Amino acid sequence: MNLEVKTITDEETAFITISGEVDLYSSPRVREQILAVTKKKMPLIVINLEMVTYMDSSGVATLIEGLQLCNKYKGRFILVGLKDNVREVFELSRLDRIFQIRETFERAQGI
Amino acid sequence: MKEPIIKIRDLHTSFGSLHVLKGINLDIFPFETLAILGRSGCGKSTLLRHLIGLRKPTSGQIFIKGVDFIHAHPRNRHKILKKIGMLFQGSALFNSMTVKENVMLPLLEHTPLESTTINIMAKMKLEQVGLSGFEDYYPAQLSGGMRKRAALARALAMDPDILCCDEPSAGLDPIVSAGIDNLLLKLKKAFNMTIVVVTHELESVFLIADRIALLDRGKIIFTGSKQEMKKSDNPKIIQFLERRADEEVLDGDQYLESLLNG
Repeated sequence: MNLEVKTITDEETAFITISGEVDLYSSPRVREQILAVTKKKMPLIVINLEMVTYMDSSGVATLIEGLQLCNKYKGRFILVGLKDNVREVFELSRLDRIFQIRETFERAQGI
Repeated sequence: MKEPIIKIRDLHTSFGSLHVLKGINLDIFPFETLAILGRSGCGKSTLLRHLIGLRKPTSGQIFIKGVDFIHAHPRNRHKILKKIGMLFQGSALFNSMTVKENVMLPLLEHTPLESTTINIMAKMKLEQVGLSGFEDYYPAQLSGGMRKRAALARALAMDPDILCCDEPSAGLDPIVSAGIDNLLLKLKKAFNMTIVVVTHELESVFLIADRIALLDRGKIIFTGSKQEMKKSDNPKIIQFLERRADEEVLDGDQYLESLLNG
């Protein structure tokens, strides 16, 4: 399955929706869009992973890089809609302790 | 029934006049852990080396994900190999590189990823095998169990679909060895891998394997579950399970002849 990455932004929030498989060869496209919004220092970055069917370590590493860049300017970087297989990779690497993970976009916004 | 991820058909290998593999037929299914069990020198490591293309068999076929692996175009073979991780018996780490550099190497060689991403991935892999904080150590500075974990981190670097392990517990004490077994179980669950383990350690087999293939003198003499193996009345399987040595049959005349003229 191909990868699709869409970014929607307003003044405060960058909402990045990823669909399909994030692997060694497609994750640079995710990185490109995350780097673009961190460069603009968006206060809230929400990564929607609900439609991600597979994510390998390069995808996870890309998210870590995004989190690190966002932390530098004290923004918030939130993941929503993690599927069980992706969540297990996060737990194995203890990444569930460093990321803010929410069930839905509304919860990510603190509503 | 699921289509096998690896199909081995009538595989033969000889080293000179020594016929090591004598017509192996074996199916390995997605997401299972198959242990290839057998005595030292029975050809199990040779079989594993065929699966990663390190050795070409004398004849026979290996299909990996439906592709005729032995006869495939080098480009297709390469594509398949990138998704197979290998944990070598002696770890096979590069001694002149740090642990992290060892893990980064396949990613630098085979992916278009930026070095910042690769750096994070290597640290994640080391965290997953319990070697966080040892990134800058050299292999010679690590214990046997830690070297094995580092080699496992490198084998996982490219997020393989298939992980091949050659005697993962060899040379390790029982506690460290059990740690490696548990790690394999945990990694398999998290990454949905197919694992092929070559070993002669029964305890390890009964802990991690979903199915077992018993190799004896170049032939597969049993494939089945642990329960089926324990119930088997095959004398060779019983001998293996009971860890009984071969009974030595000595021909006195022949022995004397060999001492005098051999």
